[in-house]
Amino acid sequence: MSQINRSAKQLIAPVVSNKKVGQYHQIIVNVGDLAESCKPGNFVAINVGGDSSRMILRRAFAISRVSSSTTFGGTMELIVAPGGQGSRWLCAQGEGAMLDIVAPLGTAFGIPTEPVPVLLVGGGYGSAPLFGLAEVLNSRGCRVDMILGASTAAKIYAPMEGKRAVNSMRIFTEDGSMGQQGRVTDPIPELIKDLDLAVIYSCGPMPMLSAITAITNQFEVIHQCAVEESMACGIGVCMTCVIPVKDDAGDISMLRSCIDGPVMDGSKVQWNLVGQQL
Amino acid sequence: MELGRTAAMSTLDFSTTIGNTWFPAPTFTASGCASSGRELAQFFPLREMGGVVTKSVMSKARPGRPTPRMAETPSGMLNSIGLQGPGIDAFIAKDIPYLVEQKARVIVSIAGETVEEYSTLARKLRAVSGISAIEVNISCPNVENRGLVFACDPEASRRVIDGVRRTIGGELPIIAKLSPDVTDLVSIARGVVDAGADGLALINTVLGMVINIDTMRPQLGGKTGGLSGPAIRPIAVRAVYQVHAALPKVPILGMGGVSTGRDALEMILAGASGVSIGTANFGNPTAIMSIQSELKQLLIDRGFTSLKQAVGFAHRTDEVDQT
Repeated sequence: MSQINRSAKQLIAPVVSNKKVGQYHQIIVNVGDLAESCKPGNFVAINVGGDSSRMILRRAFAISRVSSSTTFGGTMELIVAPGGQGSRWLCAQGEGAMLDIVAPLGTAFGIPTEPVPVLLVGGGYGSAPLFGLAEVLNSRGCRVDMILGASTAAKIYAPMEGKRAVNSMRIFTEDGSMGQQGRVTDPIPELIKDLDLAVIYSCGPMPMLSAITAITNQFEVIHQCAVEESMACGIGVCMTCVIPVKDDAGDISMLRSCIDGPVMDGSKVQWNLVGQQL
Repeated sequence: MELGRTAAMSTLDFSTTIGNTWFPAPTFTASGCASSGRELAQFFPLREMGGVVTKSVMSKARPGRPTPRMAETPSGMLNSIGLQGPGIDAFIAKDIPYLVEQKARVIVSIAGETVEEYSTLARKLRAVSGISAIEVNISCPNVENRGLVFACDPEASRRVIDGVRRTIGGELPIIAKLSPDVTDLVSIARGVVDAGADGLALINTVLGMVINIDTMRPQLGGKTGGLSGPAIRPIAVRAVYQVHAALPKVPILGMGGVSTGRDALEMILAGASGVSIGTANFGNPTAIMSIQSELKQLLIDRGFTSLKQAVGFAHRTDEVDQT
């Protein structure tokens, strides 16, 4: 318990680059040695709006990838959708802008000790951290397949280089504007059987994570998902980002998605109780 | 008092006292804004601040309110946690020993649904070593009186503090945490001090609401929430000022949107003997450390040689020219 936030540091980090990729921004931040302690699944909390901002809370973003051997020293990649006021401010920060960051935060995706077949499922820009994860899994000898989904083509995040670490990538859109028409969950039961999957990793909207758990609960497959809940602090002090989770003894408690997550065991999350009074 | 620029070289007595307890610095966490301290320990040694005020604990473990539990507002936020917590027994077993081991000074905040629950909590804490003071959070619904918040009812506030005082004996200072959502804060403050409170914590959050214009329903799972952050700071300064004017000898922990050393000094000048930092921890895990060093410098710059000289300085009637 005394190890909460154990790798986390607060630092002022310069933006190395900010490129628009479809509807999203790819923002690279120079974080020096901190890159070495970031694992797929971890997130970063960033101050937004500058000193005179009326936005007092940090914004949490999944760390999509880190690199420790670039000409800039260690860097961190973020994929940001300019949706809310805070992320719009972040997307407007160009090269050289200084960001006040706290990272790495939260739990990381568990990596299998054996080279087993795994499936990565991403919804919208939730796919971003899965590419860094794919590289790690691939380097451990896992067969990595990927399914990405979104409501429409513009919301799919699938960089060309992301395909290197995966065996196959299938895309689903609800309006059929890219890949197959349908939802990411459609092919999962078949893939579990055909590929003999050991683990499904997912990141995306909560209803998607819940739907995947409903499938994985019928099979012998582990579901590691990165959850999402309104969060004020990101470091475990505010108690706002809680998710109902059942422990091994069968007791349900409200766990903080910032320190007991964001990566959680999907089969333990009580999806039907999210947003309900326990 | 002689005030001069030369004081920059002098040393500053930064200590404060609440009741009979001495704290080396006047900076505290605000209850509910630092959990039980562990989470912040990665960012700075907990013993370096005045003290940790722990999240209000109740008799039994509580799951709290449904999510969403927070909504950011201009220069502030609403929260609706519903006092999620482990219950007093687990808290005494796990959280206090950790804080004592860190050499942090501990103020335990308690909350109850009945007058009796507060007394029961005090009884359990009486035997625990390593506690510097007890904060009694009376901004809770009284189940014995139609859910009326204790802090909004002068008589119920007084009875809670009286019960805790009788149970705890004379040793441990009691700090009553009051709500600003009342018509006459001074009379409530007077009542709890008469009932045995050694100090006051001002202010708790201000009740508010955000409506989501997409769902067209209240944004928070609990519908209403407590507003905190710089948005409420002037309310807090006013509350501290008014209560200090009426009860100048009663130490006050001032809180409500303190984010910088300047804000902390404002509270001290209004009459606070210490400041609690709450929402600022969410946006900046090292906020308390920077507030502490900024406050020290601001006091020195103004010629104060002790924090105590500055407490309530805004109330002075003499014509001291500080230019």
